[in-house]
Order: sequence, then structure tokens, then C-alpha cells
Amino acid sequence: MSGILQNYLPLVVFIGIAGVIGAVLLIAPFIVAYKQPDPEKLSAYECGFNAFDDARMKFDVRFYLVAILFIIFDLEVAFLFPWAVTFGKLGVTGFWSMIVFLGVLTVGFAYEWKKGALEWD
Amino acid sequence: MMFEAAGYQLLPVLPEIVLAVGAMVLLLIGAWCGQRAAGLVTGLAICFLIGTGVIEYLLPHGRLMTFGGSFIVDEFARFLKILALLGSAATLVLSREFLEDQSRRMFEFAILVMLSTVGMMVLISAADLIMLYLGLELMSLALYVVAASNRDNVKSTEAGLKYFVLGALASGMLLYGASLIYGFTGTVSFAGIAAAAKTGSIGVVFGLVFLLAGLCFKVSVVPFHMWTPDVYEGAPTPVTAFFASAPKIAAMAVFTRVVLTAFSGVVAEWQQIVVFVAIASMALGSFGAIGQRNIKRLMAYSSIGHMGFALVGLAAGTVEGAQGVVLYLVIYTVMTFGAFTVILAMSRNGQALEQISDFAGLSRTNPLLAFFFAMLLFSLAGIPPLAGFFAKFYVFSAAIKAGLFALSVIGVITSVVGAFYYLNVIKMMYFDEQAEATDAVHIELRSVVAATALFNMLFFVYPGPLVSAATAAAKSLF
Amino acid sequence: MILPALFFYLFAGVCVASAAMVISSRNPVHSVLFLILAFVNAAGLFILLGAEFIAMILIVVYVGAVAVLFLFVIMMLDVDFAELREGFLEYLPFGLVIAAIFLLELLLVVGGWTLNPTVTKSITAAIPGDVSNTEALGLVLYTKYIHYFQLAGMVLLVAMIGAIVLTLRHRASVKRQDINVQNARTPEMAMGVRQVASGQGLQDADSAEWVK
Repeated sequence: MSGILQNYLPLVVFIGIAGVIGAVLLIAPFIVAYKQPDPEKLSAYECGFNAFDDARMKFDVRFYLVAILFIIFDLEVAFLFPWAVTFGKLGVTGFWSMIVFLGVLTVGFAYEWKKGALEWD
Repeated sequence: MMFEAAGYQLLPVLPEIVLAVGAMVLLLIGAWCGQRAAGLVTGLAICFLIGTGVIEYLLPHGRLMTFGGSFIVDEFARFLKILALLGSAATLVLSREFLEDQSRRMFEFAILVMLSTVGMMVLISAADLIMLYLGLELMSLALYVVAASNRDNVKSTEAGLKYFVLGALASGMLLYGASLIYGFTGTVSFAGIAAAAKTGSIGVVFGLVFLLAGLCFKVSVVPFHMWTPDVYEGAPTPVTAFFASAPKIAAMAVFTRVVLTAFSGVVAEWQQIVVFVAIASMALGSFGAIGQRNIKRLMAYSSIGHMGFALVGLAAGTVEGAQGVVLYLVIYTVMTFGAFTVILAMSRNGQALEQISDFAGLSRTNPLLAFFFAMLLFSLAGIPPLAGFFAKFYVFSAAIKAGLFALSVIGVITSVVGAFYYLNVIKMMYFDEQAEATDAVHIELRSVVAATALFNMLFFVYPGPLVSAATAAAKSLF
Repeated sequence: MILPALFFYLFAGVCVASAAMVISSRNPVHSVLFLILAFVNAAGLFILLGAEFIAMILIVVYVGAVAVLFLFVIMMLDVDFAELREGFLEYLPFGLVIAAIFLLELLLVVGGWTLNPTVTKSITAAIPGDVSNTEALGLVLYTKYIHYFQLAGMVLLVAMIGAIVLTLRHRASVKRQDINVQNARTPEMAMGVRQVASGQGLQDADSAEWVK
């Protein structure tokens, strides 16, 4: 148990240092920076105009399709990791098993390409 | 060897492979030729579904197992798979005209139906919990999409969304139950569970309850029925006909297989659940339908009630009970398909008619259609000598033989109550003033209506082959 | 032995706290960010359990893809934050009932474990010492469990078709580039030479737009 965990020691140190640096950079301005707030300074700057409306715009629904397709291929990649790790021991069956899997998804990929789902307009 | 992979025989899964490969080929044809190939793709899909049924029929007889015992083809699986394939093929026959007419050509519909059918076949043959879950997801995921396929219609998208959210919840419950069962028995295979769960330990019983809750959702029985009326009403009519037939067959088949093979040691535990669910569904199906004005909602309540009746046979837990369930599924599928075809055929000036009042005076404008619809409704109500009566007769006689008298009495009472709303529609057609003439009915729809109605009327003449096939199917489970 | 315990409480504490923030924070975008924090801490818990592969998949799939999708969906919907919070008290009893059910289930699981500790010991397979998680999975997933693997591929295919069927919409007004058509163009198709009589100009229908 602790054998596995020891492998993660560098990661823990890394995250620790990253956290410390991030926190220092966030906190230091509060302590050392010169502050003199003023309504004009704090308002949003939009090319000299007053802001027209809220900065939160609605996203186009087309982003959603891109994200969904990305998740599907992301999951496909998740299946590739264990395959790559054990590739040498799997033999012919393991190889063709993955090829069939990729073939099924390639059919889906060809479909989505042909349908124009990868085009923006 | 050709038919081997990783040391597993592939022959038992040949039908599934053919159907899946066919779906992918059609997907590519559709992608390259565009929506004008919709008719071609749908036609080929029907051929593939029927061809798969033929392959399934031609597989060597007896019990075939593969993939380390997680996939099983026995008489039960074979029979219900062929039924599910025919149901899917019939859906596509109905949808051809619908998709053509309403200028919403979509070749993906046929492909999604095919892939969903692959899921159903896996589900019917599943002999372990992981296979069950994967089959269920493959089936349901395609169903969620076809429910919302008419995406410019608010009701259709609402139906798809409701079905998806509640279906995901049911899948979650099913998975939770499966993990409890795995945790307390140490195996996922049905045979292993049966060996380990000889006594009902609290963990196994809890797992069983959650697993059955998930399956109850898929067969839409009380208390997991709430999605049914909305989805039936909102989805396009051919899709509703599909929902009422093939997925129900698959879900009911796996329900039967799980309780009879995996939990054969804890009959008392699941019998309580099944009896409760059956009574509640029969009652809700009968009383809930009375106030309905929309014929598709009425059919939704009717299907809830009918699934309750089918569960009466399962509650018996005997060979006769399982035979009753199989027969019920066959007859129910035929009846419900006929009824939905009539609903699909009803249109006036190109507008689909879905209100019950629209059927007023149908006997004068289209006497033949009215007659066949009346026969189908009489059969759904269970009036002898139509097929629906025999379906009910087999399940109730199995329940009485198993000593479930109260359940049978309640079943007969609710069936009488249920007859009221079917008769109400018939009264509308024959005795009420007609509104206006309806459009002419397409030849494909007419032949489906005639075939299903004649099956219902003439079942009693020669029930032998179907009954003996159902008996063989039921025996293979024990 | 103290160190794993320390990390367990760290991850578990942050996970529960950020889960609480997911439902209580005022801005849905903040909720998603807290959800990501909860995922990362859950991944930490998986690592403590020795399930490295699941931990990494949690990061890659949930943090990398699902959380981003959540963010998209939240930004796509025009959520009225004030209106959303109004329903809170209304749904509180229902939420409490569900929470109570979950608590009961948790107690049940814990209860089953304490009542019969041999059950878990006898059924959980020992973590093999010499192969990593990922390797152990890979050794069975593509050969022994090939059927599950291929079915998973089919489920992904259906998801792909479904996403396209339900959300892809082509705008008819958009002009698209078709390279084949461009390459097939010859000078004869693109230009014509006309004799123009003086003072009359071109009158016929196929004259270019700007001539008219």
C-alpha cells in the first residue's frame, strides 16, 4: 500500500510547491500593493462607452455538439491506455479486439465527418 | 477457426454481429447518399432485421453459451429475440410511410432502431449483470434519441428529455442494486448468484429490490410508470408503437430471466415485490385510463395495465407462469401494434388525429378499419374468443395453480374495469355522430391492421404451434 | 501509516466541503468549478485506495471533458440566478427525504460490513502486487472480457449518432467551400467575351450583377 503511495511523493511535493507559489502571488498584492479605489477605475472599460449589457453571453449551442463529440473520443482514448500498457502480452486477439473497437468508432467518425458535424457553419 | 475470438465461440452471437455490422454499413450508406437514401436505408434495415431473425432461428437448437457463460441462447432467448426483431421490423414498416409523408426524412431513425435492437438481443441473452447493464444501456440510449427525434416539436423533445432523465435514474438504481448483489454474493453471473444466494441475506434482498426497481422502470409498471403517458403522447406515433412493443419484450424477458434463474433460491422475497407491482399496475392501468382524452395516453395506461397482467404470470414462478408471460408478450405485442397502426392511420386533411373524440362515427366513414380496430380493442379488453382473452387466461390459471388467489381475483376485477374504456372507444366509433371523413389509409398500414386483427380473431382456431413454442421457451429457463 | 490517514482526511474533507459548495454557491459557474475540485479530490481518494487507473480516468474524463461540458451547458442556458434560488425552500423537504434515504443506505452498507466482516474479506480479490492497475485491467479487458469491450464501443457509437441527430443543424443560408467544384471550374465557365454595341450595354439575363 505505502509502496504505491511513495511513488506519488514527487507529485505531492509538486502540488505543494505550486499551491504555495499560487497562494503567495494571490496574497502578496493584498499586503504590499498600493490601493486607492475610485468608481471610474473599478468600472468595466469598453472602448470608452458605458457597458451595454451583462458580460455573460449565451453560448452557441454548437459548442455543445463539439464537446459531446470530444467526450466520446476522450472515452475511446481512455480505453487505449490499458491496451498500450499491456500491448506486448495481449497477442493477436488483443490487437484485433482493439482494431474492431476503433473500427466501430471510425464508422461513427466517418458518419460525423460526412454529415458535416465537424464544420462550424 | 473462423467463429472464434479469444477462445470464445462466436456462433451464438452471430445474429447480433450481423445486425450490428449491418447497422454500421447502412450508417455509411446513409452518410454518403444523404437523406434521399432514407427510404433505401429503411428498406434494407427491415431486411437486416428479418434476416437476423432467420439466422437466430437457424442456430443449432438447445442451450448455447459463450463468453464464459455471460451470454446464453436457449429456447426462451431465441423465441423472444425473434419476437423483438419482428417488432422492430414492423416499426420500420410503419415508419416508412410516416417519414415519407411528413417530409421529415431521417435515415438515422432506422439505424437507431437497429442498434437498439442489438441492445435488446444482448439483454434477452444476458446471463450476468454486466451484460445486462450494457444491453440495457445500448437499448435505452437509442430509445432516448428516437423519442426526441422530432426535435422541432416541443412535446417530442420533452418526451425525450423526461425519458432520458428518469431512465438515467433507473439505470443508477439498477447499478446500485447490481453492486450490492455483487458485494454480497461475490459474483455477477446469474448462475453464481443463484448458488450464493440460497438464503435471503439483507444485502442480497436490498440489491434485488434496487435491481428490480430499475427493471420495473423499463417495463413501465407502477410505481415506476410516471414517464409512460408523457413519453407515449409526445413521441411520434411510430416511435410510440416501438416503445410499446420491442423494448417491453426485452425488458420483460430479462426480468423473467433474472428472477427465475438468478434468484431461484429466494422466491418468497421477489414474489412479494412482483405481486405488489402487478396489483398496483393493473389497478392504475384500469382506473388511470378512464379519464383520458388522448388515444396515445390511453394506450400508455393500457400498456401499464397489460404489463401488470404479464407480471401475474411471473409472480407464480412456475413453468406455467413463465409460459403465460411469453404468450402474453406475443399476443400483447400483436394487439398493441395493431392498435397503434390504426392510430397512425387516422388523419384528416394530412393532420394526425390523436383525440378519442376523433374516432366518432368511424364505422360509417371507414367500416373495415372500424371493425378491425373494434376487434383489437375487444382483444385488449380480454373478451373471448379473441387472443387477448387467452393471454389473460394462461397467466391467471398459472397464478391460481401457484395458489395466488387474491392476485387472480384482483386481476379479473381490474380487467373488467379496464374493459370499460376500450368499450367506450368502440361506442364512439359505432354509435356517435361522425365529425368528418378521414383520409384514405395507406396500403402498408391497412395490411398491418388487417394482419394483426385477423391474428387476434383467429388465434383460438389453431393456437397449438405458438403455445408449444412458448412452453418450450418457458421450460428452457428451469 | 499516519500519512495515508492524513491525506485521506484531507481529500475527504475537501471533497465533502466542495460538494457542499456546489449546491450552495450563488453562481452556477462557481458550482461547476467546485465540482471540479470535488472530482480532483475524489481522484485523490482513489489513489489512496490503490486504484490509480480510475483516479486518472476521473481526471481525464470527468475533469477534462464532463466538467467542461457542464460549463458549456450552464453558459448556454440563460440562467436567472435569483429565480433559481427561489425554489430552494420549496424543494427542501423533498431533498431532505432523499438525503435521509441515502443516509439510511449508507448505514445499511456500513451495518452489513460490521455485522459480518468476513463477507468483504472473502469476496474482494486481492490487489496483485506485481502488476499495476492499468496493466491488470488491460490483461483481461481486451481478451477475457472482449464482449463487454465491444459492447461499450457500440454504446459510444449510439451516443455519437444521437448527439448528431439531436443537435446538428445546418443553416441553409451559409455558403460553403467545395474544393471539388472549385477545381473543376474552367476558364470557359468563369468568363465570357462579349461584343458590346456602343451606347447600348449588356441587356441579357446572364450578365454579371455589377453591369446592371
